[in-house]
Amino acid sequence: MRSLKLLRNDLKEKYHSISKPRITIGMGTCGIAAGADKVKDALYHAVAEKGLDVDIEVTSCIGMCYKEVNVEVALPDYPPVVYGDITPARVTRMLEEHVVGNTPVLEWAEFQLENGKHTPYQDISSMESSDYYFHQTREVTSRCGRISPENIEEYLITDGYEGLEKVLMTQPQKVIDDIKASGLRGRGGGGFPTGLKWQFAHDAEGDKKYIVCNADEGDPGAFMDRSILEGDPHAVLEGMMIAGYAIGADEGYIYVRAEYPLAIKRLKRAIKQAKEYGLLGDHILESSFSFDIHIKVGAGAFVCGEETALLNSIEGKRGMPRLRPPFPAVKGLWGKPTNNNNVETYANVALIFRKGTEWYASIGTENSKGTKVFSLTGKIAKTGLAEVPMGTTLRQIIYDIGGGIQENKRFKAVQIGGPSGGCLPEDKLDIPVDYDSLIKVGAMMGSGGLVVMDEATCMVDVARYFLTFSQAESCGKCTPCREGTTRMLEILNRITSGEGEMEDIERLERLARVMKTTSLCGLGQTAPNPVLSTLRYFKDEYIAHIKDKRCPSGVCNHLLTYSIDAEKCIGCTACAKACPVNAITGTVKKTHEINPEICITCGACMEACHFDAVIRV
Amino acid sequence: MTNRNSNHLDIKFKKMMEDYKEHKGSLIPALQTTQEVYGYLPKEAMEYISQVLEIPFSEVFGVATFYAQFRLQPRGKHVIKVCSGTACHVRGGPHILKEVEKQLHIKSGETTNDNKFSIEPVACLGACGLAPVMMIDEETFGRLTKERVHQILDSIE
Ligand SMILES: Cc1cc2nc3c(=O)[nH]c(=O)nc-3n(C[C@H](O)[C@H](O)[C@H](O)COP(=O)(O)O)c2cc1C
Ligand code: FES
Repeated sequence: MRSLKLLRNDLKEKYHSISKPRITIGMGTCGIAAGADKVKDALYHAVAEKGLDVDIEVTSCIGMCYKEVNVEVALPDYPPVVYGDITPARVTRMLEEHVVGNTPVLEWAEFQLENGKHTPYQDISSMESSDYYFHQTREVTSRCGRISPENIEEYLITDGYEGLEKVLMTQPQKVIDDIKASGLRGRGGGGFPTGLKWQFAHDAEGDKKYIVCNADEGDPGAFMDRSILEGDPHAVLEGMMIAGYAIGADEGYIYVRAEYPLAIKRLKRAIKQAKEYGLLGDHILESSFSFDIHIKVGAGAFVCGEETALLNSIEGKRGMPRLRPPFPAVKGLWGKPTNNNNVETYANVALIFRKGTEWYASIGTENSKGTKVFSLTGKIAKTGLAEVPMGTTLRQIIYDIGGGIQENKRFKAVQIGGPSGGCLPEDKLDIPVDYDSLIKVGAMMGSGGLVVMDEATCMVDVARYFLTFSQAESCGKCTPCREGTTRMLEILNRITSGEGEMEDIERLERLARVMKTTSLCGLGQTAPNPVLSTLRYFKDEYIAHIKDKRCPSGVCNHLLTYSIDAEKCIGCTACAKACPVNAITGTVKKTHEINPEICITCGACMEACHFDAVIRV
Repeated sequence: MTNRNSNHLDIKFKKMMEDYKEHKGSLIPALQTTQEVYGYLPKEAMEYISQVLEIPFSEVFGVATFYAQFRLQPRGKHVIKVCSGTACHVRGGPHILKEVEKQLHIKSGETTNDNKFSIEPVACLGACGLAPVMMIDEETFGRLTKERVHQILDSIE
């Protein structure tokens, strides 16, 4: 077998130090959405104008969405400095002071990357001790935002494909035993033990076996998988190859959602480069193991994240789930034994074989090992990606890393697990985040999306939001899910428009029971969770909607009444013009009035008024 | 294989579809390519695919209508996808959608009379950290406000 050691040493020599200034821009999807392209243009422009000799490179997202656009500046013999909130207008000063004057701009500097080689700058914290990263343990995402995802050499010098090398010299059964010993559980939601799953596929009889990577990431509000695919695509390929070797497969499919064009592009490039290096294809590293990987682009259906629906979709059919058993491990893609894991699961596999089973098993809790990547979104102060050891509490994630609630509002709930998960209130924030603790309180790990909600969020509206989603995404194959989601949505629509009755709460609970026990796949079985968890922790809000016909958070339009504050109204007529149903009367420079009989509570007047004279209660 | 309707389809397209015969499970990629070429799925194209891949038309139609990505009607020059994912929902996404609808005088799922813009629903664009978010063609815009929506729409040719 060919070893990568020499190549890696050569490359390390090549990348050991830089000979001229290097500027690296964070260009993940979120960076680009925040304007990274424009920053890059401005940089090229300014560099040319000043006649500077610098390299401009691209990396992916380092995880600080709240500080996008992120730019790293490195000078020879000095530690790289990462800046946040860089705009085209800030480029010139950054170049003049840091690149030319070797004085980093302290106001914009987030942290420096201390490497032990160079003397750190004063007054800039290291990444490890910076606010956002101090409480994190970056293992799976360690390369994200640090290497160029479009260059396999940078993966190799960070010990990429070392796990694969080790595995190819080990017996497949031993590889599976190692994964079992690591305690790794699937990151796609259910937390199924990965080693056990591999064992089933390994033991299944078949002349042909497949590996599938679930990169459908359907949970709206979650982007961990996207960040890994965009930031470290080779880690996913390496994990798939290891799994292929372990179960005896020679072909793999990555099913990526179409909404992730950048991830697809980087994966394609990674596959091509791996082939050029003899790391993918026939006789990998001159061993007897051959493996090929294809990409299948999804076509926009949430249910295709469910693994049997996903297999149907790869086969070119409608993405409807299959009856189980037989399980995919026995009869999967095109009827052959198939192992499917999530993106983050495969990235963990590569890590486990690189750093060792025991090391891995030492992180996390008794039954949930390793780290978990979360995406922090919603009304949280610092949105972004956060990787923490399993067992960290929600409070630590939301407050210590995420900086609490935006604009100092009050925390109300955190939604975890997407459409299959639940909303947890303040007094559940101290539970450790692991698979089993979350199930106990009526939520689930899901893929790792955390959506934080503040006092201005209506929990009945949130339940209605998720049911709208599940109802639209139900594939229609089984009755409990198809009809159940529709009926639940009808009831929630009724409640949020002020026409609910107390019996509706019982009806929701009864429907939930039936759906949970009789639906064909996880979509229908878990769709009631957002309703059940909000009923469990925020029942008073349901009651306010039903009995008092009131939305305490001021969200549900039908339950609000609008009036005009005579003190503030100057009679500009803007509201009357904006009203689509002519419910507002009044003449120029006279106080206006809203006729509640005609008003459809659309809120247009409130938006039109420049004097805060429209009152909503 | 003669089909009156397929006369409208160009030769290059037909060749691309023929190539899919070689691969397993290629109905969805074939439809995706068709949509890239024509902007939607013309009936004649679906009929042609059905013939070439030897898949009943009912199944082709079933797949085309199952997935949200596929459109059976032509759409505008620019496609606007306003994110309705959870993170965007709690950060005012619905107001952004309303603003886009108001500016263009169409509802989500519709196309403007001059065929310049279509609005399409999307569940999450994966830029949740910058919510609320929308995508116009291939470009993603984050941290939206009503004013920015104004500016962005105005800047598009
Ligand atoms: C409706 C539904 C949607 C799902 N969506 C995803 C998804 O987007 N990504 C994912 O990895 N798993 C998803 N799953 C879970 C998969 O069915 C499967 O359990 C998972 O991919 C297994 O990988 P793991 O063992 O590595 O966790 C979904 C399940 C259901 C029921
Ligand atoms: S929820 Fe809108 S981008 Fe994810």
